[in-house]
Amino acid sequence: MMIASVVCSVICGTASAVGEAVFQSCENCVSFILKTGAFMVMWSGIMNIAEESQLTHKISNILSPVITKVFKGVKKGSKEEKLISSNLAANMLGLSNAATPLGMAAMKKLAEKSLNSTATNNMCMLAIINCSSLQLVPSTLIALRSSYESVSPADITVPIWIASSLTVVFAIFFTKLIQGRDISA
Amino acid sequence: MHKIGEYLVPMIILCIVAYGALKKTDVYGAFTRGAVAGLKTVYAIFPAMLALFIAIGAMRSSGLIELISDWARPVTNSIGFPSPLVPFVILRPVSGSGSLAFASDIFSAYGPDSFAGRAVSIMMGSTETTFYTTAVYFAASGTKNIRHTIKCALVADFFSMVVSLIVCRLYYY
Repeated sequence: MMIASVVCSVICGTASAVGEAVFQSCENCVSFILKTGAFMVMWSGIMNIAEESQLTHKISNILSPVITKVFKGVKKGSKEEKLISSNLAANMLGLSNAATPLGMAAMKKLAEKSLNSTATNNMCMLAIINCSSLQLVPSTLIALRSSYESVSPADITVPIWIASSLTVVFAIFFTKLIQGRDISA
Repeated sequence: MHKIGEYLVPMIILCIVAYGALKKTDVYGAFTRGAVAGLKTVYAIFPAMLALFIAIGAMRSSGLIELISDWARPVTNSIGFPSPLVPFVILRPVSGSGSLAFASDIFSAYGPDSFAGRAVSIMMGSTETTFYTTAVYFAASGTKNIRHTIKCALVADFFSMVVSLIVCRLYYY
């Protein structure tokens, strides 16, 4: 990115503007970290209350019937099902620090059924669902928007819910379709 | 509908704190422990954010972003896509910090409540850093052949960008 920009600036004759932008960007980044970072720290604290009060556990219980439907061969109450549902619940609350290790553990558990280190359908599904983020509160974005003096920074929450839930549903169906065609599975 | 968003953050904080108190959790202790973890995250992402802020600042001031947007304009205009967001669509699945820095650049250039600002927010919120997430998860299980994962995830990302744009139009305009 940097090389392309400098080449472009030499061709377009904007090299001095780029030099100035480097200093300006450092300043912007520090103010970004101070404003948005403080909110991220606060949010991480609030979400840890949810974690320690077992609220995430409650949410993962609600998710489990859906999970047994989407992941073929994963039984209710099994270790895999618990790991997957807590991984998704933590993701929904924006607890990425908790979500990633849970997801990795779930992946390891699912990998026990795989051959020649080839991903199973369920493993692909878990990764794909994790790639389409479902988040209750897009906290980083709200903080970023408010630091740019948005009139209503949290206004984007409902459209994000609509867009991301549609995406997850689409991703699941699309993956199922591809997996149905794939004979090697 | 538009009011929901405004009350959401305080309501969720209230619910979580009340639930914690009801379950007799050490609310204050849990908050501070979580805040430490958050502080570590901010500390860890700072160098990458700084590098990407500089790179994106350079891209904008050198005219490279405009150049890309101008190239893409005939296509984007015909489908009603804001052309300044073209680099974002390419950046999003590859770099989380990069796309966040880009969103921040859009906010400062067009304002967070502009069409481009809202569209980039929704796109950012409904997608993930696909390549990073996939790499982390499959590295954990030592999987080498990940089959259709990337294909499906990228199709879903593209779908998400389109849906975000439609939702943004319907919701606000």
